Amino acid sequence: MGDVESYVNLLRREIALRAPQYNKYQVISIFFGGGTPSLLSTEQLGGIMDAVKEGFTLAADAEITVECNPGTVTAEKLAYYITCGINRLSIGLQSADDGELARIGRIHDYKTFLETYRLARAAGFQNINVDLMSALPEQTAASYQRTLAQVCALAPEHISAYSLILEEGTPLYVNQKDYNFPDEDEERELYYMTERVLLKAGYHRYEISNYAQTGKECRHNKVYWQRGDYLGLGLGASSLIANVRWKNPDGYADYAACVEKARRAAKERPAPERPAGMEDYVNYLRKSGCQEVQPLGRQEQMEEFMFLGLRLMEGIEEAAFLNIFGVSVDAVYGETIARLAGQGLLERAGGRLFLTPRGIDVSNAAFAAFLF
Amino acid sequence: MDQSKIRNFCIVAHIDHGKSTLADRIIEQTGLLTSREMQAQILDNMELERERGITIKAQAVRIIYQAKDGNEYIFNLIDTPGHVDFNYEVSRSLAACDGAILVVDAAQGIEAQTLANVYLALDHDLDVFPVINKIDLPSADPERVKNEIEDVIGIEAQDAPLISAKNGIGINEVLEAVVEKIPAPGGSPDNPLQALIFDSVYDSYKGVIVFCRIKEGRVKKGTKIRMMATGATAEVVEVGYFGAGQFIPCDELAAGMVGYLTASIKNVKDTAVGDTVTDVDNPCAEPLPGYKKVNSMVYCGMYPADGAKYPDLRDALEKLKLNDASLNYEPETSIALGFGFRCGFLGLLHLEIIQERLEREYNLDLVTTAPGVIYRVYKTNGEMIELTNPSNLPDPSEIDYMEEPVVSAEIMVTSEFIGSIMQLCQERRGRYISTEYIEASRALLKYELPLNEIIYDFFDALKSRSRGYASFDYELKGYEQSKLVKLDILINHDEVDALSFIVHADSAYERGRKMCEKLKDEIPRHLFEIPIQAAVGGKIIARETVKAMRKDVLAKCYGGDITRKKKLLEKQKEGKKRMRQVGNVEIPQSAFMSVLKLDDD
Repeated sequence: MGDVESYVNLLRREIALRAPQYNKYQVISIFFGGGTPSLLSTEQLGGIMDAVKEGFTLAADAEITVECNPGTVTAEKLAYYITCGINRLSIGLQSADDGELARIGRIHDYKTFLETYRLARAAGFQNINVDLMSALPEQTAASYQRTLAQVCALAPEHISAYSLILEEGTPLYVNQKDYNFPDEDEERELYYMTERVLLKAGYHRYEISNYAQTGKECRHNKVYWQRGDYLGLGLGASSLIANVRWKNPDGYADYAACVEKARRAAKERPAPERPAGMEDYVNYLRKSGCQEVQPLGRQEQMEEFMFLGLRLMEGIEEAAFLNIFGVSVDAVYGETIARLAGQGLLERAGGRLFLTPRGIDVSNAAFAAFLF
Repeated sequence: MDQSKIRNFCIVAHIDHGKSTLADRIIEQTGLLTSREMQAQILDNMELERERGITIKAQAVRIIYQAKDGNEYIFNLIDTPGHVDFNYEVSRSLAACDGAILVVDAAQGIEAQTLANVYLALDHDLDVFPVINKIDLPSADPERVKNEIEDVIGIEAQDAPLISAKNGIGINEVLEAVVEKIPAPGGSPDNPLQALIFDSVYDSYKGVIVFCRIKEGRVKKGTKIRMMATGATAEVVEVGYFGAGQFIPCDELAAGMVGYLTASIKNVKDTAVGDTVTDVDNPCAEPLPGYKKVNSMVYCGMYPADGAKYPDLRDALEKLKLNDASLNYEPETSIALGFGFRCGFLGLLHLEIIQERLEREYNLDLVTTAPGVIYRVYKTNGEMIELTNPSNLPDPSEIDYMEEPVVSAEIMVTSEFIGSIMQLCQERRGRYISTEYIEASRALLKYELPLNEIIYDFFDALKSRSRGYASFDYELKGYEQSKLVKLDILINHDEVDALSFIVHADSAYERGRKMCEKLKDEIPRHLFEIPIQAAVGGKIIARETVKAMRKDVLAKCYGGDITRKKKLLEKQKEGKKRMRQVGNVEIPQSAFMSVLKLDDD
């Protein structure tokens, strides 16, 4: 088993090995996420940032985010982040109610979050996201309203507000009988309350679960929904480049083997051009340790374009569809669009297609309709 | 072969009283097989039969027994199906025998099926002797059971062998009793051929293998034979007898023997159970008595869950039919279920067996509609139609009256449950006939019941209301006029033909209400509200509502999730494909099945 230090070394190697393939890209966003990257020491995180800066061309205004949990950062660490160029912090608060936090197994309380938040502001962060959750066990409309009000009073630039989904296998799923969960009607009420309260507090909703002040939408997330290219580095990280999806292995040993493969592949020959030599490119990826390498066909690209793009409140731009696929969205999805519009789930205006409020509630049904 | 050294017999018993186990022991002790060759139950060689612990198809085995008198005897042990659905097949197997061993459980005593089977055997003039099985059980009371046999059936039981088939106790006594108490067969090899067909199986190499008992005359390779009822003729290719689990050819079969013949016959339809085989060149004057054409009693629609599998279902039914002349089917079309077949069965067990075989042996996923009986619809224009599919019921204005089949049922029950069983029969529109006390604590209830009231879940209800103690037997009595209506189910205002069924007017409301409740749980929420209604003659009698779906949303979807989230969406879409589309509503296959069992407890 590798410790954190050897993992960071591996990651730096991976960055250095893969970066040359992407020297034509300008990086507009970096996101340190998954787990709690704020647990890394300043040296470790700094080392990773150095490797990134060495290997890639960063845009001057690149958005660089670190995810952190309350209580895992100090004033020194935060100050160091700023000197590294990290300019956005995403803090997993979930709830301002300590009872609710305890029930979902969080180790922090609201007071700890407040300290972290204040430290971040003091260090100079001007772009902070706070994660919230509704439909928590024993949560009431009143308690959730208090959470929203308390967070709005702090005025973070960005708020992600999720409705809890019980995932099989999690402790909460196993013990769900021990708790009162909001019923379907209450759950929807909390969900609608999020939008009402945040709108009033000056946020706009730009995705199913994401709210931001003007100009503070998360650039990184929008890349996912608009199908921009992104490169995932590190354990279990996912990528989409030139319409090929892949991911790195999840286990440490497998990941180490993957980095070694990347080294050997790079030594043998430089990465091929893409997408011109698509097949060659895919083979190269596989050879260099990437897993689940999946070149997306035209239909799959269309499906993704629709079901990812429609997560955004602005929806999809019809001209963009035509531009990418050389065929109008109506020629491909006319019937589906008409049916969903007839069911009141989809609307068309200003050259765009987007979900209605009812469409958001049952978005899976709408998304599934766009699969071939 | 010396006719006086042949014994043709069968074993009759109530289900679970140990018939198959005793058969195994008899085969074992006659020494034809080593223990290693023994399958758990040799006579039940179909996998399905073993799992259900019942015998479906009659089969036979020939064994050699060295008796205490120093002679070698040929035993032909003929196995009989143990369920009321197969009563006719049982009767033909009995007719192939000269005697029967009656197995009675030392603890449970006589049951309804015991009585039905033993009377059937006595009706066929078989010499019956009893054995008391499971004497090693702590609750065994052989003396009581002996008295019961004498009192109720009226056959001598004091010297009945006391055995445990399971543990091999008393088997020799049984074998000796077979020699002593079962008569040698009659008939003369010099008379014209007269052979009774008691079963047949289809073999892809030999064609139909006909199981028969030679009553008169002889048959060998080259004999030109005629089946007297079906008129089919053929030339015999092979004759032989039954080894354990295999066919052993021999030169000829003569009067008194039990064996098989093959004659390149392509279809079991030509070799109906109960038919008489005779020699074309030297025919017998009369066929053997007792032949009748077997009719289906229970019908249902069978549809492939995946519409594209229709040809597979057709092929599978064709193959099953090769071996099962009592299975009937014809193509039909349902608006809700697409292309399928209306299939006829001897009874509900037969239906379930066929359904399981289709699913297991042919890998088919089936949707079946509620089983129904054959109704007679007398129209105002004097015409009578036999209705097997409720959807084909003529307009009520064209109907003069309708008749439904009624059965005579015998239910054996311990006295503490008489009340609850009588109540059950009452609820099922039963007409009380009589109560006979077998002994102080047990009674035989006789009822007349409409067949359509017992094909659903009567047997289950009977068991649950008697804690498993009641046993049940019935036979068709005839048709009676009845106040019947067609109950329709409307989903989102569209009638779903596959859910319609015929029901007595007085039960329509109750049934309709239960159907709606059940369907409400089965139909997933849609984007819109779905009314589920039950209607009789266009009048709504019950209603439930499936509320509109309030939410179906993935809160999170980021870079690492996209492939997984897409799989979820694909699953959702696939799930829809497997459902049946009626109007705007997607109905899962399970909904059609769930309404078959409307539990009343």
